[in-house]
Amino acid sequence: MTPDLRRKIQALFERYPQRRGALLAALALVQAEKGYVDAGQAREVAELFELQPVEVWEVLTFYNMFYTTPQGRHHVYVCTNLPCSLVGARNMLSGLEAHLGIRAGETTPDGRITLGREECLGSCGTAPMMRVDGRYHENLDLGAVLQIVDRLV
Amino acid sequence: MITEPQVTGYLSEHYAEDAYRTLAGYEAKGGFAGLRKALRMEPDEVTETVKSSGLRGRGGAGFGAGLKWSFMPRAAEPMKVIVCNADESEPGSFKDRLILERGVFQALEGILIGAWAMGARKTFIYVRGEYAHGADVLERAVDELRNNGYLGRSCFRKRGFHHEVVVHRGAGAYICGEETGLLESLEGKKGQPRNKPPFPAQYGAFGLPTTVNNVETFAHVPFILDRGVDWFRSFGTEKSPGTTLFGVSGHVEKPGLFEFPLGVPLADLLEHAGGVRGGRPLKGIMPGGMSMPILPPSDLDVPMADESLSERGSRLGTGGVMVMDNTTCMVRVACIIAHFFRDESCGQCTQCREGTGWIYRICRRLEEGRGVAADLELLDAVPKMMEGQTICGFADAAAWPIQGLMRHFHGDFEAHVRERKCPFPESFEL
Repeated sequence: MTPDLRRKIQALFERYPQRRGALLAALALVQAEKGYVDAGQAREVAELFELQPVEVWEVLTFYNMFYTTPQGRHHVYVCTNLPCSLVGARNMLSGLEAHLGIRAGETTPDGRITLGREECLGSCGTAPMMRVDGRYHENLDLGAVLQIVDRLV
Repeated sequence: MITEPQVTGYLSEHYAEDAYRTLAGYEAKGGFAGLRKALRMEPDEVTETVKSSGLRGRGGAGFGAGLKWSFMPRAAEPMKVIVCNADESEPGSFKDRLILERGVFQALEGILIGAWAMGARKTFIYVRGEYAHGADVLERAVDELRNNGYLGRSCFRKRGFHHEVVVHRGAGAYICGEETGLLESLEGKKGQPRNKPPFPAQYGAFGLPTTVNNVETFAHVPFILDRGVDWFRSFGTEKSPGTTLFGVSGHVEKPGLFEFPLGVPLADLLEHAGGVRGGRPLKGIMPGGMSMPILPPSDLDVPMADESLSERGSRLGTGGVMVMDNTTCMVRVACIIAHFFRDESCGQCTQCREGTGWIYRICRRLEEGRGVAADLELLDAVPKMMEGQTICGFADAAAWPIQGLMRHFHGDFEAHVRERKCPFPESFEL
């Protein structure tokens, strides 16, 4: 962990009555460096928070938005919950899987894209939708999806 | 980009205006008049006002907001805390996202009114991690309040009124919408719900006295203070006053958000959403987010309020209405619901952790034509073993929609066993 990152994390402590409240925000900062948090980094975070390494690891593995293994350069997540599925999200996902040659949960061999399925993201009125690198794309069909995905380098 | 409500009311009247997302623009439309009135009242009087307004929580459980506020201890120490629940993740619900992005100052004003009423010195707003844009809007709004003396020491130059707001981002877990799961997560832990009692008002965030309310609940509060209890009660029903933002999705012509008084007939909502797509016959409607049992077309006359939906065997929940036309295979619907709850169970109670997996596997084999008659009995029995048996309401939420599907669409389940395949070739793909 760089001294700069350490300072950024320490600056979060005062927002909470107990230091540990800043743990999710700290892990998000650490993850921003290389897209996932490895065991070594988790131990460093644990030290900073005066926690046992397992207390950090169990948090990392509880939440969907943290990763403990390398991910693709781009995250493409298609919502497949009920409101999106009712209007064709799963056909859209199948088309995208065929286009990329991978299944949901996998990363393209060149490391360009990690494809995933997601539970409801609150776009039910603008379904189907996907989240690309944190950004929402809504009212989609397969054509629009392929256009967006092909622009990712 | 989120869509504007197709029908507006007092809450969403100005949501289409960009200026409404600035402090000056909000105040130009009457913003902060409610807080100014509240600050001229005694704190207990404010709580009494919210109590007599009958405002019910808009996060799904429908508990009386003012009553909740009145549970907070009166002593100034230890520090009292407000938590605003913006962890909206109930499938079919997307109203809190709209409020964060379009009506953020309403929620913040409601929070400050609550802070005055309860003597709370700090608020944590827990925003689901995926709502990054909403959290950004919220952070800018909080900064604007702080820069204008609306937060910090002696807010609004009112002596002794100190308040600070922290925007906290989640990291992806449905269970953190449950109030004690949220508190655990706020403390930097896994979001596993706590046993109650003690209730949050006694032992909440970081062990401090805490009140947790949903974003929309707070957004209604300024209107109650500014325009009065009688005005507020002129909307909605006796037991469920006010309006709410109904989300309509699925097989309708014009999905979206609609602000209506509570008690609006379900048929009216469906009509405003353009009716069932292509004029097809309706098969079923989930009226209150995915945790609440489905209703058959014969219940279209039901008033959309918790008390009337309860009489029909469902609940208002978050007001997320999901519409399904006659092509829909209800076993596929059950598969999606069961998959969701299996994935999101926090795992601490056996009935829930194991039961959600059982339900998913049964639904899956029925859909794939591998089900047998005994599976239907299991699908009756397993939800009963989960309901009411666990630390939090998640197991109920996982059991109820399956029970609803079995109650109203038993024929769909039987047909899968009889025909050894899914008999709905035109249904949405799984």
